[in-house]
Formats: sequence, C-alpha cells, structure tokens
Amino acid sequence: MNVDGGTDRADGIAASRLSAADLARNFTDLHPPYAPHEAAVAADRCYFCHDAPCVTACPTEIDIPMFIRQIQTGNPLGAAQTIFDQNILGGMCARVCPTETLCEQSCVRETAEQRPVEIGRLQRFATDAAMKTGTHPYRRAAATGKTVAIVGAGPAGLACAHRLAMLGHDVVIHEAREKAGGLNEYGIAAYKAPHDFAQAEVDWLLSIGGIAIETDSVLGRTITLEGLQQAYDAVFLGMGLGGVNGLPVDGSDLPGVEDAVDFIAALRQAKDLSALAVGRNVVVIGGGMTAIDAAVQSKLLGAETVTLAYRRSRADMGASPFEQDLAASKGVHLMFNVQPLAIRGNGRAQEIVLARTETRDGRLAATGETVTLAADQVFRAIGQTLAGLPDGLKVEAGKIAVTGPGRTGIAGIWAGGDCTAGGEDLTVTSVAQGRDAAMDIHATLTGR
Amino acid sequence: MADLTTDFLGIRSPNPFWLASAPPTDKEYNVRRAFEAGWGGVVWKTLGEAGPPVVNVNGPRYGVIHGADRRVLGINNIELITDRPLETNLEEIARVKADYPDRAIVVSLMVPCEEEAWKAILPRVAETGADGIELNFGCPHGMSERGMGAAVGQVPEYIEMVTRWCKQYYDKPVIVKLTPNITDIRHPARAAHAGGADAVSLINTVSSITSVNLDTFSPEPSIDGKGSHGGYCGPAVKPIALNMVAEIARDPRTAGLPISGIGGVTTWRDAAEFMALGCGNVQICTAAMTYGFRIVQEMIDGLSRWMDSKGFEKTTDFIGRAVSNVTDWQYLNLNYIAKARIDQEACIKCGRCYAACEDTSHQAISMSADRVFEVKDDECVACNLCIDVCPVENCITMERLAPGTVDPRTGTVVESDYANWTTHPNNPAATAAE
Ligand SMILES: Cc1cc2nc3c(=O)[nH]c(=O)nc-3n(C[C@H](O)[C@H](O)[C@H](O)COP(=O)(O)OP(=O)(O)OC[C@H]3O[C@@H](n4cnc5c(N)ncnc54)[C@H](O)[C@@H]3O)c2cc1C
Ligand SMILES: Cc1cc2nc3c(=O)[nH]c(=O)nc-3n(C[C@H](O)[C@H](O)[C@H](O)COP(=O)(O)O)c2cc1C
Ligand code: SF4
Repeated sequence: MNVDGGTDRADGIAASRLSAADLARNFTDLHPPYAPHEAAVAADRCYFCHDAPCVTACPTEIDIPMFIRQIQTGNPLGAAQTIFDQNILGGMCARVCPTETLCEQSCVRETAEQRPVEIGRLQRFATDAAMKTGTHPYRRAAATGKTVAIVGAGPAGLACAHRLAMLGHDVVIHEAREKAGGLNEYGIAAYKAPHDFAQAEVDWLLSIGGIAIETDSVLGRTITLEGLQQAYDAVFLGMGLGGVNGLPVDGSDLPGVEDAVDFIAALRQAKDLSALAVGRNVVVIGGGMTAIDAAVQSKLLGAETVTLAYRRSRADMGASPFEQDLAASKGVHLMFNVQPLAIRGNGRAQEIVLARTETRDGRLAATGETVTLAADQVFRAIGQTLAGLPDGLKVEAGKIAVTGPGRTGIAGIWAGGDCTAGGEDLTVTSVAQGRDAAMDIHATLTGR
Repeated sequence: MADLTTDFLGIRSPNPFWLASAPPTDKEYNVRRAFEAGWGGVVWKTLGEAGPPVVNVNGPRYGVIHGADRRVLGINNIELITDRPLETNLEEIARVKADYPDRAIVVSLMVPCEEEAWKAILPRVAETGADGIELNFGCPHGMSERGMGAAVGQVPEYIEMVTRWCKQYYDKPVIVKLTPNITDIRHPARAAHAGGADAVSLINTVSSITSVNLDTFSPEPSIDGKGSHGGYCGPAVKPIALNMVAEIARDPRTAGLPISGIGGVTTWRDAAEFMALGCGNVQICTAAMTYGFRIVQEMIDGLSRWMDSKGFEKTTDFIGRAVSNVTDWQYLNLNYIAKARIDQEACIKCGRCYAACEDTSHQAISMSADRVFEVKDDECVACNLCIDVCPVENCITMERLAPGTVDPRTGTVVESDYANWTTHPNNPAATAAE
C-alpha cells in the first residue's frame, strides 16, 4: 500500500499518512481500461448466445452479445449506442456494477470455465470511446409542451430525465446538494470512477438539452410536493436514501464516531487526498457495500489497521465475495459474528468493545464473550434510510411503495431508485427504474 | 520412438517437414537457420533465368486475414520469384548442400516456356549438388502475366512439354508444383505424369484479394493506392489443398505418382492428415513465416508421439491410409442414420445450437424456459451444424441409430445393409438393386 513514503503512525485521526505518490497509486482505477487489442481479444470470447443469459441478468437488459459483437467488428460507437439505448449511465455502470453477481455471473463462460466474458470492462471500452467523441448520440423529439419535475439528480433521476427529454418533454431536476450525480458523485468508491468521471458523465448526459438542474432545491424545505404537482404535468421522485441508521451504544457520541457515508462523501469531494484525515486504527461497523468501501478507502488513505466488524456470518454479508476479497487484499481485517457494545475513550474514541454473537434458533444472540479493539475512528455503515418523505405517499418497509413502472398510486407522481421499496439499491437498478418510469410518464402525458 | 525418416523419390530427409519455396528459403542465411532448427529439407526459393533478376514492389507485399486475437488464418502475397542474381543463389545452394548432406535441398525453377531456357539453367542447377528440382507452375501473380508460373500450370500441354524437357536435360528427380487456380486438378497432374514427372507438389497459392481498405478504397496490400490479386496461403487454404491432394491420390490415371503436400500445414496434425491422404512429405511456408523456424520441433515431437500411440514405426506405415476412404457422394451409405445427442452435463446453455437449427436448419432442437436444449429426433437429419457451432467440445455428438429401430423422422425401420444413391428409388438413373 505504501511503497515509497511509509505510513505515518500518528495516533488519533491525522492527515497525510501516505505520500502523494502512494495516494495517487492507491486511488487509481480498480479495473483499468482496455487497450484496443485487449478489447478485441476479450470481445472474441463472447459466444453470441441465443436469448443470452447475461442480458436477462442485466437490470437494464442491455443487448450484451450485440454490443460485444460490435466491438469485435471495430464498431465501438455502435456498441456504445446499443448500451445507451438501454442504459444512459452505461459508462458509470460499466465501472460500478457488481458484474460478478449480475451479467458476468450468468455468462455461460462462467459456467464453462469460471472465467466469464469481461462484460463490464468491454462496456467501459465502448462507452469511453463514445464519450471521447464529445458529441451526444441522441436528439430530442419534437417538443410536447409537457413539463416534468424530478426530485434528485442521482442515477434514477438522471435516467428518467434523459429519457423524458429525448421524448420531447421539458424537465427540471430539483437537487438538494450542490452537485448533480447523487451517489455517483458522493458515494461510489473513489477508485471505481476516478478522474471526476461522475461529473463528466452528468455533463455529457445533459448535453441532450431540455433538462434544467436546480441545485440546493430541497423537497420538504425549499419546495413541496403539492407545489411541484401544481407547476408541472408530472413528478418523479428519485431522492435516494438521505438518512442513516444510528448506532445506539455507549460512547457513540464521542468524537471519531462518524457515518461512513459522510466520510466517503468527504473523500469523494476532497481536492487533495493528503489533506483528508483518517484514524490510525479504524473500525467499520456493517456488512454491506458502504462498509466495504469505507474500510478499503481508510486503508488506502494509510490507516494502520482497519477492521470491518459484521454481526452475522460471512455468508450473510451483503457485500459480494468479490468485494470481500477486494477488502481482504487491501489489508482490511474482516471480523464476523461481532456487534458493538461500547465505544470508549478519553474525550475521543480510542477503543471499541465488541460482543461475540451466534445465531440461535434463527436469531442473533450474544455469546457473552467480548473483544476490545483499538479504534481512533469508528464508522457506522449499518444502512441508509429514507429521509424527508412527503406525507400522503404509501410506504412499504420504510420506502415508497410502487407498482409497475414506478407508480406511487397518486396520479401524476412516480418514483424510482433507492427511495422505492423492493429494489436492489444498485446504480443499475436505479437507472432501469428511472427509465421505465419515464416511459410510463410519457405514455400517460401523451395519452399513448 | 517412431522413425520419421522419409525417402521421397530417393531423396532422404530426417523428417517429412520441408520448407516450401518461399521467403524462408530465399537465402543461405535462412536455410542454415532452418536446418539448425531441425527442418528435414527445403525447396529453395524459385530461381529465374540468368541475367538481371526480377524486381519486387517496394511497398507492402503481404495481406492478411486474422482470426480471434489476431491469429493469422491466411496470408496473401504479391511477391515474385527470387530477386537475387542466379549466380548468388547457385553458389549458396552448393555451399549449404555440402554442409548439410543429410538434408534435402530441392531447387525451384521458373524460366520462360522455351526449351533453350530450360536447357541453359538445368546443368547449372545440377552442378550445385542439389537433390532435385521443383517446377514452379503455380505462382498466380506477376510471373503469370509474363507467361510463366500459373500461366503454364493452367495449360496441361505446357506442363507436359516442360516436364519432358526437364527430364531430358536433368538426371535427378523432377517435381512439378501445381497451381490450385484451375477447375480440375487431375488434368495438370495427369499432364505432369505423362511428361515423366517424378512427383507433383501442391498447392501453390490461391488467387485472392484479402481485403479492401474502406478509407482509400484500395485492395490490400496496397501500393500507392492500387492493389493486385495475390496468392493466398496458410491455414485457410488447407481444406482446398487436402481435397486436391485426395483427387490426385485416388485418380487411377495418376495412381502411384508421389505427392508432396503443401497448403496450410501448421501443426503435426495437419502434416499427418496430408500424409494420410497420400503425401510422401509436406512443405510449409506460412506457419514458419508466422511463428519462426522453431515450430518444426513441435511438428517432429507431435508426429512421432502420434505414430507411437498408433503403433506406426515408420512414415510409410500410414502414408496413404485415408485414400481409400475418399469416395464419391453417390457411394455414401444412405442407410447410415444418426441423431444428435446433447450431453446435458456438459451443456453450458449458450443456445447457439438452438439458434442455428431453428433459424437455418431443421427446427430439431427444443428450448425450455429454464434453457434446457433437447434434440427432437423426429426432426433431426443429423446435419452436424449444432456440433459445428457448439463451443464445448464433445457436448453434442452424433449417434447412429441401430439397425432395426425406427427413425422417428421418417417412420421407417433402419436397415442394416449398405445402400447408396445409385440404387435409390428416387434416382431416375438408378440401376435396380440385384
Ligand atoms: C457508499 C456507497 C457505495 C455504493 N457503491 C455502489 C457500487 O459500487 N455499485 C452500485 O451499483 N451501487 C452502489 N451503491 C448504491 C448506489 O449508489 C445507489 O443504489 C444509487 O446511487 C441510487 O440511485 P438513486 O438515484 O436512487 O439515489 P441517489 O444516488 O442517492 O440520488 C438521490 C439524489 O437525490 C437527492 N436528494 C435527496 N433528498 C432530496 C430532497 N429532499 N430534495 C431534493 N433532492 C434530494 C440527493 O442529494 C441525491 O443527489 C453504493 C451506495 C453507497 C452508499
Ligand atoms: C511470400 C510468399 C512467396 C512465395 N514464393 C514462392 C515461390 O517463389 N515459388 C513457389 O513455388 N512458391 C512460392 N510461394 C508458395 C509457397 O511455397 C506455398 O506453396 C504456399 O505458401 C502454400 O503453403 P503454406 O500454406 O504452408 O504457406 C510463396 C508463398 C509466399 C507466402
Ligand atoms: S452469456 Fe457470456 S458468452 Fe453468452 S452472450 Fe453473454 S457475454 Fe456472450
């Protein structure tokens, strides 16, 4: 992890633990782009399956064998179009999709030889080529005169907006934060989309025209759902999950105990990673993608020890085996069957007491054994929650209930992405839901 | 260990792998490297008349067809015969032959279709001590426009005439190299035989244009925006070469005429196949040009292990073994009835067999909702397409229906006796079975 500089072992939370060169190396592309020849070789491995299982496994149903064949025939721009037709954020999805549990898992070559066609990297090859041209591949249809308000400029909102704009509607996105992109901009691990790809992609997407973004526009604070309903012909809610679950243990109010998503957002926004402080000994509580990302990035910033503490077994973990292996390979210590009892320290977090757990009769129970770890910094990564839900919408398991293509049950209001129930909380599923809601909005507005 | 020694027209070589007349054999330097690498023999790059040598183009002379991962499947060339002076080549041939007496050196020749021209060059070749000559009647570009190469090879009368001159003015073996750019390969082979040739070698390259540049609209290889047809060779031409070899091998009028097999030989397997179809040895060009001379070691090792595994002690034990199995369509057994069988354990569920059969063949494969693919025996005609397109080796196989069982496609009982088209009731010209 630190090749030339060496780690700064200062106690507590400190910046500049690694040299600038080491930081740059640590945060570069997790899956580097293909050179053209590599892409040709990788594309040649695709069998062009009939009714391909990889397509079925893709939440946006990209015609994968077709785009790979287009790459193979030296037509990367055509390949990109095949991708964008289904998934306008195909560039980001190529980088962040857990392909190992989606398309690549179902690839017949995974079945055959445990080595799938590298669909994600091929998708990146094609989409990079298209975005490099600096032109936008779609034109808007004739104006319909209809207007749609979208809340949230995350993947769901952007996908919905693009499709609507393409179909001739005028779209205004209300976004609470300073920048558009949602978790693409504030959440995704830095090494999955380096070089400010998220903003470049947003700019490219918006270049279709017809989409205005109003930042610092917050539903429930600066705007209301009723107001939007009155001012626009339709409303799409794609506000993601703004809240986080608390950690009700002693000492969770000590300095050094933080939400993982805030740490990650700060990291994503940092202009200079060496200015970003990280603990010498870091403990992350949780077992999902957020926990893994916080743990890995702490390690990459130069923390000496990073422990990911998950209360259940490895098999129950939300993070995929690939993500678990990634964390382990970066030096993160994965601990299973432990849950926090207390965080202690003199004016700041210094150690954490974890209780060993086991599953008895299907329920999690403490064994009575405890273990104490040094912890200057403790990250909570135990789930995000829907915050600021306007009244009147039906809720299911803490999220907005929807049927079919994002219908909320209230005429004129659609929803999609992480804020809705039943989804998988992935970038790609959010894109699919935003796109499908847009088609339904279009059908409703145009009476088709 | 199998003995790979071959005796071709009395020319002995430690193995049947010779380099074909082409760039790999154009100079002493290359040929010495080839012999050090283990090649059994070479046919020296074609020599022309004394005097100012031919000139080659000064731009690209090769085009290519790539398969996956830029694997070379075929090369085409517009190179001419050697562009070095005759004297230089002859001196080098003599030197190399003296240093490698156990290896075969045959000299390829192409001079105008006049008796005097052949009469002049043959004694000079004889002086080098080379083991024989090969008449290049095959080059399809450049030289053919000057009335040589394929222009001779396409006219059986010329082949016979020139071969006869060579046999008259030269004592050692004369091999006639044939062009595939004709309609029926048996005619030039018969002509060579009639002229007294000791052997034929084939194939030379196939007339071709490999590609067209879609920016400049010039054929490739392109010389200043223009291209010319060239000669195609490499793995892509092997099936053409095998067929032509087989046609000559089973032609009663050339029975026993030795054959040197050329065209796409890339591995020991290819060599074994040519030899099984009657070739006394093989010649290789493209594979060496693609991978270098070292490949001969794989060929030697592979061939000898295969021979050991089959109990063949010497090459003559298997040379020609496949010839009697090459027949005419009309003699194929129409009572041989097979059905495709899919090994469900091996199937990776790609569905290629389904797409191929459903769209382009006999709708004989079913697909279930959970992607199980099964053969419908009542539709399957055993065409083999599913096997050809299946990415998993041996996942789909053809199994013969046992005589006595009913073919669900036709509803008739499978007969045990052999029966072919000549006696089939649908054949208007059928002769009643006795
Ligand atoms: C740390 C982390 C890592 C992740 N890594 C991956 C990954 O590698 N791969 C993957 O596929 N998925 C990953 N995910 C999940 C993925 O990021 C989300 O599923 C996806 O971003 C959801 O898209 P969305 O549009 O529904 O919501 P978001 O991306 O959350 O966007 C919602 C937008 O709405 C705005 N907003 C919220 N409330 C309001 C309001 N009241 N008024 C106006 N605007 C509002 C927000 O500011 C935000 O811009 C990760 C998530 C996290 C937290
Ligand atoms: C660049 C090049 C030059 C050739 N020159 C000659 C030649 O001078 N004389 C000749 O008889 N054949 C010539 N050939 C044909 C080869 O000897 C051989 O017949 C042909 O390439 C098929 O064999 P292969 O598939 O192993 O390459 C040439 C082939 C190539 C590729
Ligand atoms: S499953 Fe794999 S091999 Fe088949 S089409 Fe998809 S990527 Fe290609």
